[in-house]
Amino acid sequence: MLELKDLTWRSPEGEGIINGISIKTDSRLVVITGPNGGGKTTLAKLIAGVETPESGSILLDGEDITKLDITQRAKRGIAYAFQQPVRFKGLTVRDLLELAAGEKLNETDLCRLLSRVGLCAEEYIDREMNGSLSGGEAKRIEIATVLARNAKLSVFDEPEAGIDLWSFTRLVETFEEIRSGSDGKLVVISHQERILSIADEIIVVADGRVRTAGAREDVLPALLKGECAACDCPKKNGGVC
Amino acid sequence: MELPELNFNGISADMLKVISDYDGISGFKGAYNIREDGQCAGRMSSENIEITSKTDNPGIDIRVKPFTKGETVFIPACVTHSGVEDLVYNDFYIGEGADVIVVAGCGVHNDGEEQARHNGIHRFFLDKGAKVLYKEKHVATGNGGGLKKIDPVTDCFLKEGATLEMDTIQLGGVDYSDRKTSAILDSGAKIIVRERILTDNSEEAISRFDVKLNGEDSGVDLVSRSVAKGSSHQAFYSVIEGNNRCTGHSACDAILSGNGRVDAQPALNASHVDAELIHEAAIGKIAGEQILKLCSLGLTREEAEEKIVQGFLK
Repeated sequence: MLELKDLTWRSPEGEGIINGISIKTDSRLVVITGPNGGGKTTLAKLIAGVETPESGSILLDGEDITKLDITQRAKRGIAYAFQQPVRFKGLTVRDLLELAAGEKLNETDLCRLLSRVGLCAEEYIDREMNGSLSGGEAKRIEIATVLARNAKLSVFDEPEAGIDLWSFTRLVETFEEIRSGSDGKLVVISHQERILSIADEIIVVADGRVRTAGAREDVLPALLKGECAACDCPKKNGGVC
Repeated sequence: MELPELNFNGISADMLKVISDYDGISGFKGAYNIREDGQCAGRMSSENIEITSKTDNPGIDIRVKPFTKGETVFIPACVTHSGVEDLVYNDFYIGEGADVIVVAGCGVHNDGEEQARHNGIHRFFLDKGAKVLYKEKHVATGNGGGLKKIDPVTDCFLKEGATLEMDTIQLGGVDYSDRKTSAILDSGAKIIVRERILTDNSEEAISRFDVKLNGEDSGVDLVSRSVAKGSSHQAFYSVIEGNNRCTGHSACDAILSGNGRVDAQPALNASHVDAELIHEAAIGKIAGEQILKLCSLGLTREEAEEKIVQGFLK
């Protein structure tokens, strides 16, 4: 159970980015969506402990984790996939996956993990996680480091960004496998209809607040129907997108 | 099989395990010459690799027969106490078409108050098409107040089509080192250098490269990675001369921690219109996002920093 109580957070410039968000969810797969700049990434960072809220509290399975740092939250079972993968000179894909898993991994384990993000282990395990990897490759390895953790709660920030259609299809299947498995819950920040369509619960965040929240079947139809209603789209005036 | 006699002390044995993969049970798997406190502590030639003492200077000549393949020669040196100033000249003559590994390395141990220093001057003469992987690890141990110094000089002369790969690492504890590497390359010759240096406390390490790409289609790839912790200081100076159609690449990456300082002064001199020379340099502390990523995997900040440095210097 993840519970956020009246969370607020300001940017270093003093702008209110999260303006009182309260969420209580025990769903297997929660998708947080909403317009750009609405506070979704900040919300993910607050859950993972990358940022600290100005006020409010965060509870995981009833424990107040608001004051725990990112390491302590990781040890409590929270995993976080960064929107922009971090590069390391010298650390290989194998190094990162083993650090994530907390143990040595054999070739079969590495192959299983990387195939879930559409990568061939043989080609990647000994490569450095440095600038020689393309954006899409790095993104998929970033996601694999989170899958390797077998976490209680995994938070993915726009996992679809930068990856190709085939890998995206495999990723959606992986999310479905986790969702239908016996353990591990997912919070996914996404705009993708295919990810929204496998959610148990959808939360729409805009202007640092929860605009709508509920079961997928209640929220998604309205979202799809009104996708042009919330923007200054030329379609509203009879034009074309 | 009975092993040939090796006559070195326990301090050397410990350092040899680190610097030259010495295995106390099976010894050295190949020809070797072990130097301890300025003396020979064991030597063995092989059918294809002959090691002989110099007659004019302290040191040895290592001659590898043409077309020798897959053999390794070990020539580590240890200084195990205070007051030793060890100067040695080692020359390697690598025959045409040979393909061998040279494991060098130096360990200095000093529990006393006087300086302990090893100064190894190595010259490599690679004949046509010869290939050498040169592995060199440097380490210093001991708690004495005397300085632990290692000042290696490596001069390389590569004939047509020869390749020298130099894998060199200074693991820490060396108070002062001034490393000089030079190379002159003929047509089609290549030199690849991977250097990693870790300094801490008030240690100082200077690394100087001077590479002359004289032959057509010769090339150099020089990558130096350094970590300067505590109040240590490192300096990197490289000069690559492109005197023909050639390719040259050098990269100097450094991580600073505490009050560590790094100077990098790369120079590229091209005197031929088809010389392609590139240099990259980056100096800075560990990026905050790298630490955050590893913390998100459950590591503490200190563990994350250690892993990043370990990987960087691997």
